[in-house]
Amino acid sequence: MLIAVILLLAAGTYATRLAGVMLRDRLTLPEALRRLLPMAAVTLLVALAATAALTEAGRVAGLARPAGVLVGLLLAWRRAPFLVVVVAAAATTAVLRLLGVP
Amino acid sequence: MRAIKRTVDPALVRDAFAIAAAVGVIGLSFGAIAIASGLPAWAAIAMSVLVFAGGAQFMAVGVLSAGNPVAAVLAGLLLNARHLPFGMAVADAVGSGRAAQFIGSHLLVDEAVAFAMAESEPARRRAAYWLTGSMLFVLWQIGTVLGVLLGSAAGDPATLGLDAAFPAGLLALTLPSLRDRQTRHAALAGGAIAVVTTPFLPAGLPILLALLGLVLAVRPTRLKQPC
Repeated sequence: MLIAVILLLAAGTYATRLAGVMLRDRLTLPEALRRLLPMAAVTLLVALAATAALTEAGRVAGLARPAGVLVGLLLAWRRAPFLVVVVAAAATTAVLRLLGVP
Repeated sequence: MRAIKRTVDPALVRDAFAIAAAVGVIGLSFGAIAIASGLPAWAAIAMSVLVFAGGAQFMAVGVLSAGNPVAAVLAGLLLNARHLPFGMAVADAVGSGRAAQFIGSHLLVDEAVAFAMAESEPARRRAAYWLTGSMLFVLWQIGTVLGVLLGSAAGDPATLGLDAAFPAGLLALTLPSLRDRQTRHAALAGGAIAVVTTPFLPAGLPILLALLGLVLAVRPTRLKQPC
Protein backbone atom coordinates (compact mmCIF):
# COMPACT_ATOMS: atom_id res chain seq x y z
CA MET A 1 0.00 0.00 0.00
CA LEU A 2 2.72 2.45 1.03
CA ILE A 3 4.76 1.73 -2.07
CA ALA A 4 1.68 2.27 -4.26
CA VAL A 5 1.06 5.67 -2.65
CA ILE A 6 4.65 6.75 -3.26
CA LEU A 7 4.70 5.51 -6.86
CA LEU A 8 1.34 7.08 -7.74
CA LEU A 9 2.31 10.39 -6.18
CA ALA A 10 5.68 10.30 -7.96
CA ALA A 11 4.22 9.34 -11.35
CA GLY A 12 1.43 11.92 -11.12
CA THR A 13 3.80 14.69 -10.09
CA TYR A 14 6.30 13.83 -12.82
CA ALA A 15 3.54 13.63 -15.44
CA THR A 16 2.29 17.09 -14.41
CA ARG A 17 5.78 18.56 -14.70
CA LEU A 18 6.57 16.85 -18.00
CA ALA A 19 3.18 17.78 -19.49
CA GLY A 20 3.81 21.46 -18.85
CA VAL A 21 7.28 21.35 -20.38
CA MET A 22 6.17 19.32 -23.44
CA LEU A 23 2.91 21.21 -24.04
CA ARG A 24 4.73 24.45 -24.64
CA ASP A 25 6.28 22.97 -27.82
CA ARG A 26 3.21 21.02 -28.94
CA LEU A 27 0.65 23.75 -28.63
CA THR A 28 0.79 26.67 -30.97
CA LEU A 29 -0.43 29.30 -28.59
CA PRO A 30 -1.71 32.62 -29.82
CA GLU A 31 0.73 35.46 -29.15
CA ALA A 32 -1.54 36.99 -26.49
CA LEU A 33 -1.61 33.76 -24.51
CA ARG A 34 2.15 33.35 -24.91
CA ARG A 35 2.66 36.74 -23.27
CA LEU A 36 0.39 35.64 -20.45
CA LEU A 37 2.56 32.63 -19.46
CA PRO A 38 5.32 34.49 -17.59
CA MET A 39 2.66 36.61 -15.90
CA ALA A 40 0.88 33.44 -14.81
CA ALA A 41 4.12 32.00 -13.40
CA VAL A 42 4.90 35.19 -11.45
CA THR A 43 1.31 35.30 -10.14
CA LEU A 44 1.59 31.70 -8.93
CA LEU A 45 4.97 32.39 -7.29
CA VAL A 46 3.63 35.46 -5.48
CA ALA A 47 0.56 33.49 -4.36
CA LEU A 48 2.86 30.74 -3.03
CA ALA A 49 4.99 33.30 -1.20
CA ALA A 50 1.96 35.09 0.25
CA THR A 51 0.29 31.92 1.53
CA ALA A 52 3.61 30.57 2.87
CA ALA A 53 4.25 33.87 4.65
CA LEU A 54 0.81 34.44 6.13
CA THR A 55 -0.81 31.04 6.67
CA GLU A 56 0.07 27.84 8.49
CA ALA A 57 -1.93 24.65 7.90
CA GLY A 58 -4.89 26.63 6.56
CA ARG A 59 -4.91 29.17 9.40
CA VAL A 60 -3.34 32.55 10.02
CA ALA A 61 0.35 32.16 10.87
CA GLY A 62 1.84 33.77 13.99
CA LEU A 63 3.68 37.07 13.88
CA ALA A 64 7.31 35.96 13.73
CA ARG A 65 7.23 34.56 10.20
CA PRO A 66 5.30 37.40 8.48
CA ALA A 67 7.59 39.90 10.25
CA GLY A 68 10.71 38.12 8.97
CA VAL A 69 9.32 37.96 5.43
CA LEU A 70 8.45 41.67 5.60
CA VAL A 71 12.04 42.51 6.60
CA GLY A 72 13.26 40.41 3.66
CA LEU A 73 10.82 42.10 1.29
CA LEU A 74 11.90 45.59 2.36
CA LEU A 75 15.56 44.66 1.90
CA ALA A 76 14.83 43.19 -1.55
CA TRP A 77 12.98 46.36 -2.47
CA ARG A 78 16.05 48.38 -1.45
CA ARG A 79 18.00 46.10 -3.81
CA ALA A 80 19.92 44.26 -1.11
CA PRO A 81 21.75 41.13 -2.32
CA PHE A 82 19.62 37.95 -2.40
CA LEU A 83 21.70 36.26 0.28
CA VAL A 84 21.16 39.21 2.65
CA VAL A 85 17.39 39.09 2.00
CA VAL A 86 17.09 35.39 2.81
CA VAL A 87 19.40 35.41 5.84
CA ALA A 88 17.82 38.57 7.31
CA ALA A 89 14.31 37.13 6.92
CA ALA A 90 15.26 33.89 8.67
CA ALA A 91 17.28 35.69 11.38
CA THR A 92 14.45 38.13 12.16
CA THR A 93 11.96 35.27 12.52
CA ALA A 94 14.40 33.22 14.63
CA VAL A 95 15.15 36.12 16.99
CA LEU A 96 11.45 36.97 17.37
CA ARG A 97 10.70 33.35 18.27
CA LEU A 98 13.58 33.34 20.73
CA LEU A 99 11.90 36.34 22.37
CA GLY A 100 8.68 34.38 22.65
CA VAL A 101 6.77 35.91 19.71
CA PRO A 102 4.54 33.19 18.17
CA MET B 1 26.53 21.70 -20.80
CA ARG B 2 29.52 23.78 -21.83
CA ALA B 3 27.15 26.65 -22.64
CA ILE B 4 25.75 26.40 -19.14
CA LYS B 5 29.22 26.50 -17.59
CA ARG B 6 30.08 29.68 -19.43
CA THR B 7 26.96 31.50 -18.26
CA VAL B 8 27.09 30.52 -14.60
CA ASP B 9 28.28 33.46 -12.60
CA PRO B 10 29.44 33.12 -9.00
CA ALA B 11 26.58 35.30 -7.70
CA LEU B 12 24.04 32.85 -9.13
CA VAL B 13 25.83 29.88 -7.55
CA ARG B 14 25.92 31.66 -4.19
CA ASP B 15 22.23 32.67 -4.30
CA ALA B 16 21.02 29.27 -5.46
CA PHE B 17 23.14 27.62 -2.77
CA ALA B 18 21.62 29.85 -0.08
CA ILE B 19 18.11 28.67 -0.98
CA ALA B 20 19.25 25.08 -1.49
CA ALA B 21 20.86 25.05 1.97
CA ALA B 22 17.63 26.25 3.57
CA VAL B 23 15.75 23.59 1.59
CA GLY B 24 18.27 20.97 2.75
CA VAL B 25 17.49 21.76 6.40
CA ILE B 26 13.77 21.48 5.64
CA GLY B 27 14.54 18.11 3.99
CA LEU B 28 16.18 17.13 7.27
CA SER B 29 12.96 17.88 9.14
CA PHE B 30 11.00 15.97 6.48
CA GLY B 31 13.13 12.87 7.10
CA ALA B 32 12.73 13.23 10.86
CA ILE B 33 8.96 13.84 10.74
CA ALA B 34 8.42 10.93 8.32
CA ILE B 35 10.18 8.56 10.73
CA ALA B 36 8.36 10.03 13.74
CA SER B 37 4.98 9.44 12.07
CA GLY B 38 5.82 5.79 11.51
CA LEU B 39 7.10 5.70 7.93
CA PRO B 40 10.01 3.32 7.27
CA ALA B 41 13.33 4.92 6.29
CA TRP B 42 13.19 3.60 2.71
CA ALA B 43 9.78 5.23 2.17
CA ALA B 44 10.97 8.66 3.28
CA ILE B 45 14.03 8.45 1.03
CA ALA B 46 12.07 7.02 -1.92
CA MET B 47 9.58 9.87 -1.62
CA SER B 48 12.31 12.51 -1.67
CA VAL B 49 14.04 10.97 -4.71
CA LEU B 50 10.93 10.08 -6.74
CA VAL B 51 8.41 12.77 -5.80
CA PHE B 52 10.85 15.61 -5.02
CA ALA B 53 8.19 18.13 -3.98
CA GLY B 54 8.45 19.28 -0.37
CA GLY B 55 4.90 20.47 0.21
CA ALA B 56 3.32 17.33 -1.26
CA GLN B 57 5.69 15.09 0.71
CA PHE B 58 4.87 16.69 4.06
CA MET B 59 1.19 16.52 3.22
CA ALA B 60 1.37 12.86 2.12
CA VAL B 61 3.11 11.89 5.37
CA GLY B 62 0.47 13.70 7.41
CA VAL B 63 -2.49 12.22 5.56
CA LEU B 64 -0.90 8.74 5.51
CA SER B 65 -0.42 8.73 9.26
CA ALA B 66 -4.09 9.71 9.56
CA GLY B 67 -4.74 6.43 7.71
CA ASN B 68 -5.99 7.69 4.37
CA PRO B 69 -3.72 6.57 1.47
CA VAL B 70 -6.08 7.63 -1.34
CA ALA B 71 -6.39 11.13 0.08
CA ALA B 72 -2.60 11.28 0.44
CA VAL B 73 -2.17 10.80 -3.32
CA LEU B 74 -5.01 13.11 -4.34
CA ALA B 75 -4.02 15.90 -1.94
CA GLY B 76 -0.39 15.68 -3.06
CA LEU B 77 -1.33 15.81 -6.74
CA LEU B 78 -3.65 18.78 -6.21
CA LEU B 79 -0.81 20.58 -4.44
CA ASN B 80 1.48 19.84 -7.40
CA ALA B 81 -0.98 20.87 -10.13
CA ARG B 82 0.73 24.28 -10.29
CA HIS B 83 3.72 22.55 -11.90
CA LEU B 84 1.80 22.32 -15.18
CA PRO B 85 1.62 26.09 -15.79
CA PHE B 86 5.12 26.40 -14.29
CA GLY B 87 6.40 23.86 -16.82
CA MET B 88 4.86 25.81 -19.68
CA ALA B 89 6.41 29.05 -18.45
CA VAL B 90 9.96 27.67 -18.11
CA ALA B 91 9.92 25.14 -20.98
CA ASP B 92 12.50 27.22 -22.87
CA ALA B 93 14.83 27.15 -19.85
CA VAL B 94 14.47 23.36 -19.50
CA GLY B 95 15.59 22.90 -23.12
CA SER B 96 14.21 21.43 -26.32
CA GLY B 97 16.05 18.08 -26.51
CA ARG B 98 14.24 14.95 -25.38
CA ALA B 99 16.84 14.11 -22.70
CA ALA B 100 16.78 17.66 -21.33
CA GLN B 101 12.99 17.59 -21.13
CA PHE B 102 12.81 14.19 -19.42
CA ILE B 103 15.51 14.97 -16.86
CA GLY B 104 14.77 18.68 -16.47
CA SER B 105 11.08 18.08 -15.76
CA HIS B 106 11.96 16.18 -12.59
CA LEU B 107 13.92 19.21 -11.34
CA LEU B 108 10.91 21.50 -11.73
CA VAL B 109 10.43 22.99 -8.27
CA ASP B 110 9.18 26.44 -7.23
CA GLU B 111 12.65 27.77 -6.51
CA ALA B 112 14.06 26.70 -9.91
CA VAL B 113 11.10 28.41 -11.61
CA ALA B 114 11.64 31.58 -9.57
CA PHE B 115 15.35 31.74 -10.38
CA ALA B 116 14.68 31.12 -14.09
CA MET B 117 11.93 33.76 -14.21
CA ALA B 118 14.29 36.30 -12.63
CA GLU B 119 16.58 36.08 -15.69
CA SER B 120 15.63 37.42 -19.10
CA GLU B 121 18.52 36.29 -21.31
CA PRO B 122 17.90 32.70 -22.62
CA ALA B 123 21.32 31.21 -21.70
CA ARG B 124 21.16 32.68 -18.20
CA ARG B 125 17.57 31.44 -17.75
CA ARG B 126 18.73 27.94 -18.63
CA ALA B 127 21.72 28.09 -16.31
CA ALA B 128 19.59 29.44 -13.45
CA TYR B 129 16.96 26.71 -13.88
CA TRP B 130 19.36 23.78 -14.08
CA LEU B 131 21.71 25.00 -11.37
CA THR B 132 18.93 25.74 -8.86
CA GLY B 133 16.99 22.56 -9.68
CA SER B 134 19.98 20.23 -9.37
CA MET B 135 21.37 21.92 -6.23
CA LEU B 136 17.99 21.63 -4.56
CA PHE B 137 17.67 18.00 -5.61
CA VAL B 138 21.05 17.04 -4.14
CA LEU B 139 20.59 18.94 -0.86
CA TRP B 140 16.99 17.71 -0.46
CA GLN B 141 18.27 14.10 -0.63
CA ILE B 142 21.16 14.74 1.76
CA GLY B 143 18.77 16.50 4.14
CA THR B 144 16.24 13.65 4.00
CA VAL B 145 18.85 10.96 4.71
CA LEU B 146 20.31 12.95 7.62
CA GLY B 147 16.81 13.55 9.00
CA VAL B 148 16.01 9.84 8.79
CA LEU B 149 19.25 9.02 10.63
CA LEU B 150 18.98 11.76 13.27
CA GLY B 151 15.26 11.32 13.94
CA SER B 152 13.98 13.54 16.71
CA ALA B 153 17.51 14.89 17.30
CA ALA B 154 17.17 16.78 13.98
CA GLY B 155 15.39 19.66 15.69
CA ASP B 156 12.83 22.06 14.26
CA PRO B 157 13.81 24.33 11.33
CA ALA B 158 11.33 26.88 12.71
CA THR B 159 13.81 27.70 15.49
CA LEU B 160 16.18 28.92 12.76
CA GLY B 161 13.38 30.92 11.12
CA LEU B 162 13.84 28.92 7.92
CA ASP B 163 10.10 28.98 7.20
CA ALA B 164 10.57 32.70 6.47
CA ALA B 165 13.43 32.05 4.02
CA PHE B 166 11.24 30.45 1.31
CA PRO B 167 8.62 33.23 0.96
CA ALA B 168 11.26 35.97 1.32
CA GLY B 169 13.42 34.35 -1.37
CA LEU B 170 10.46 33.93 -3.75
CA LEU B 171 9.42 37.56 -3.28
CA ALA B 172 12.97 38.82 -3.87
CA LEU B 173 13.14 36.83 -7.12
CA THR B 174 9.74 37.97 -8.42
CA LEU B 175 10.21 41.63 -7.48
CA PRO B 176 11.88 42.60 -10.81
CA SER B 177 8.98 41.09 -12.81
CA LEU B 178 6.53 43.09 -10.70
CA ARG B 179 7.82 46.31 -12.22
CA ASP B 180 5.54 45.52 -15.16
CA ARG B 181 2.18 47.05 -14.25
CA GLN B 182 -0.09 44.28 -15.55
CA THR B 183 2.04 41.58 -13.92
CA ARG B 184 2.00 43.48 -10.64
CA HIS B 185 -1.78 43.85 -10.65
CA ALA B 186 -2.29 40.18 -11.56
CA ALA B 187 0.14 39.01 -8.87
CA LEU B 188 -1.32 41.23 -6.13
CA ALA B 189 -4.89 40.21 -6.97
CA GLY B 190 -3.86 36.54 -7.24
CA GLY B 191 -1.94 36.64 -3.97
CA ALA B 192 -4.91 38.16 -2.18
CA ILE B 193 -7.29 35.54 -3.63
CA ALA B 194 -4.95 32.73 -2.50
CA VAL B 195 -4.53 34.03 1.05
CA VAL B 196 -8.23 34.75 1.56
CA THR B 197 -9.39 31.36 0.23
CA THR B 198 -6.71 29.30 2.06
CA PRO B 199 -8.78 28.71 5.24
CA PHE B 200 -11.72 27.34 3.23
CA LEU B 201 -10.19 25.19 0.49
CA PRO B 202 -7.92 22.13 0.33
CA ALA B 203 -4.22 23.05 0.02
CA GLY B 204 -3.12 23.71 -3.56
CA LEU B 205 -6.47 24.96 -4.81
CA PRO B 206 -6.01 28.54 -3.48
CA ILE B 207 -2.72 28.77 -5.42
CA LEU B 208 -4.48 27.73 -8.64
CA LEU B 209 -7.29 30.20 -7.96
CA ALA B 210 -4.64 32.93 -7.89
CA LEU B 211 -4.64 32.64 -11.70
CA LEU B 212 -7.99 34.44 -11.57
CA GLY B 213 -5.86 37.47 -10.76
CA LEU B 214 -4.82 37.42 -14.42
CA VAL B 215 -8.45 37.67 -15.50
CA LEU B 216 -9.02 40.61 -13.17
CA ALA B 217 -5.86 42.48 -14.03
CA VAL B 218 -5.36 41.86 -17.73
CA ARG B 219 -7.63 43.35 -20.38
CA PRO B 220 -7.30 41.33 -23.59
CA THR B 221 -7.14 44.47 -25.72
CA ARG B 222 -4.23 45.83 -23.72
CA LEU B 223 -2.27 42.60 -23.90
CA LYS B 224 -0.96 43.41 -27.36
CA GLN B 225 0.84 46.55 -26.29
CA PRO B 226 2.94 46.12 -23.16
CA CYS B 227 2.65 49.19 -21.00
